[in-house]
Amino acid sequence: MEAFTVLTSPALPLDRANVDTDAIIPKQYLKSIYKSGFGQYLFDDWRYLDAGDLSVPVASRRPNSEFVLNNPLHQGAKVLLARENFGCGSSREHAVWALSDHGIRCVIAPSFADIFFNNCFKNGVLPVALPAATVEALFQAVQADPRLEVTVDLAAQQVRWSKADAAFAVDPFRKDCLLRGLDEIGLTLEHADAIKVYEAQRAKTAPWLFT
Amino acid sequence: MAAKTLYDKLWDAHVVRSEADGTALLYIDRHLVHEVTSPQAFEGLREAGRTPWKRLANLAVPDHNVPTTDRAAGIADPISREQVDALDRNVKHFDVPYIPLADLRQGIVHVVGPEQGATLPGMTVVCGDSHTATHGAFGALAFGIGTSEVEHALATQCLLQKKSKAMLIRVNGVVGPGVTAKDIVLAIIGRIGTAGGNGYILEFAGEAIMALSMEGRMTVCNMAIEAGARAGLIAVDDTTLNYVKGRPLAPRAEHWEQAVAWWRTLHSDAGAQFDRVVEFDAAEIQPQVTWGTSPEMVVPVDGRVPDPGQEPDAVKRGGMEKALAYMGLKAGTPIADIAIDKVFIGSCTNARIEDLRAAAAVVRGKSKAANVRLALVVPGSGLVKQQAEQEGLDAIFKAAGFEWREPGCSMCLGMNEDRLAPGERCASTSNRNFEGRQGAGSRTHLVSPAMAAAAGIAGRFVDIRSL
Ligand code: SF4
Repeated sequence: MEAFTVLTSPALPLDRANVDTDAIIPKQYLKSIYKSGFGQYLFDDWRYLDAGDLSVPVASRRPNSEFVLNNPLHQGAKVLLARENFGCGSSREHAVWALSDHGIRCVIAPSFADIFFNNCFKNGVLPVALPAATVEALFQAVQADPRLEVTVDLAAQQVRWSKADAAFAVDPFRKDCLLRGLDEIGLTLEHADAIKVYEAQRAKTAPWLFT
Repeated sequence: MAAKTLYDKLWDAHVVRSEADGTALLYIDRHLVHEVTSPQAFEGLREAGRTPWKRLANLAVPDHNVPTTDRAAGIADPISREQVDALDRNVKHFDVPYIPLADLRQGIVHVVGPEQGATLPGMTVVCGDSHTATHGAFGALAFGIGTSEVEHALATQCLLQKKSKAMLIRVNGVVGPGVTAKDIVLAIIGRIGTAGGNGYILEFAGEAIMALSMEGRMTVCNMAIEAGARAGLIAVDDTTLNYVKGRPLAPRAEHWEQAVAWWRTLHSDAGAQFDRVVEFDAAEIQPQVTWGTSPEMVVPVDGRVPDPGQEPDAVKRGGMEKALAYMGLKAGTPIADIAIDKVFIGSCTNARIEDLRAAAAVVRGKSKAANVRLALVVPGSGLVKQQAEQEGLDAIFKAAGFEWREPGCSMCLGMNEDRLAPGERCASTSNRNFEGRQGAGSRTHLVSPAMAAAAGIAGRFVDIRSL
């Protein structure tokens, strides 16, 4: 997993609440059995005027110039700015793969849906929850200057822009994994003995699960 | 000892070890697998040279992509076929217990798990699918996970988890006639909102909840995720035990007694502390119909499409305006004046035998309205289908002009060929009315099975209580 330390980038202001994972990556793309290549379909329904699926080359499709992702002013943004309850709906991890494949490494919103929030950490994307008023200030700052550089400093747990800054909370274990780019499965398997001890114990109290 | 919530009990029974910060390594008793969220996880296992930790803790079944028409010829769509083929290959490679497409028991993973007794009280149950919340109806801690966690669960039989807060949702009293589990849960979501459960697990309790059958309880827990919670829970009682007893994977003989002794303790203790308590009066809950593009956008069937102009919150107002534009509805329209194009009776929310019986009771002896182009009935599993056919429900549906299909997710999300055309309006028993959920441009109204059936007969929404 790619480590996350300090990220400085312009922000992509997606001024919507309750952005669900169907909107982030529509279901027709879930049929891919691979992990990469989803970035070109990020926000597909909003981003293109015509319908697409895995068999339609994106080059042949008509981009929606009204949609913020297609605004040249925001090209290359690695920080996504959104409103409350981002990532609600289906648990598809493809939503995070689409964001990261597109180059988004950090999502800032007032709140997130739980599963999406968890999935972010497993894929090197940092979800940052900031108070709604702070997010509003960021939206206004980006509106005033679309190329405004936003810095997300994980070690310091701080977002900085222009002369402002905001602190955010992050779980210490996840923070450490993200800072070091650690693989969670390998970490868990270091506790294989503890898992076996637990199983031996549980086989006594709930033997029907271990027959 | 301090009084514990049901959630505390389930949590405590599964902690393998804890980090200083409260992150726990939680043991997973059952892992359900389907074709959409698993290929990349199996790929990850293979790449890392890992194998499943406890092979028999897993159960795989294809459901999302499967055709609901004749399956003899296999899956026509090459991309859908590739996904189901990948599952076939992966379960074979890793020797994971599997119910293939051709098996009579095949169906939606959240219908199949309980039906097979793969879901049992006191378990931790996970699946790469947000509606895993369904299994909480059994007093099991069940939640949806992403593909990385699917790989993690396969490889280690554990997941790293932080404990959530617990919310008690108590539905007091008795519901009126025509009011179902679906209406109860939609009314709950309408009140607490789709973000209301963020960071919580929800325990549903109270007379109206405990009066529900297991099917009804599964409907309620299924939509805990639509209230923003990862999991829903309902205490174990006789209804639970009667459902579980004799299922293929349920404990037998002396293990049964031992299991029941523990399962009977799976309820919140008197005086247990919840982080939040919300109470509902069952008698006030009416049949519900969603009008917008989020399950919280819901009103009673005798209500009207709300007016965004009355909404003081600017973000909410904007959301309502967008939803109305998408849904092609005008503020103030009575719900009963909304005509529909299609009906979908199915999904892991409402495709169990009781749901099909409720719909068939409404349809019996009547015909689909002329303006309804298609009314689809998709049983949740092959066993539900078989049972329904033994009861003659298929004949009732067919005589009314409804289509009777093979089991799967079908038009709940339209990954197979069952989907709505742009602009088509559907009375659907599924759980999500998001933009594009049932096909690009699709317009979904979530309702109970009886309400969907009644809409199919009338061609518009009708109050089931007036029939
Ligand atoms: S029926 Fe619908 S909600 Fe349930 S598992 Fe299938 S796609 Fe998901």
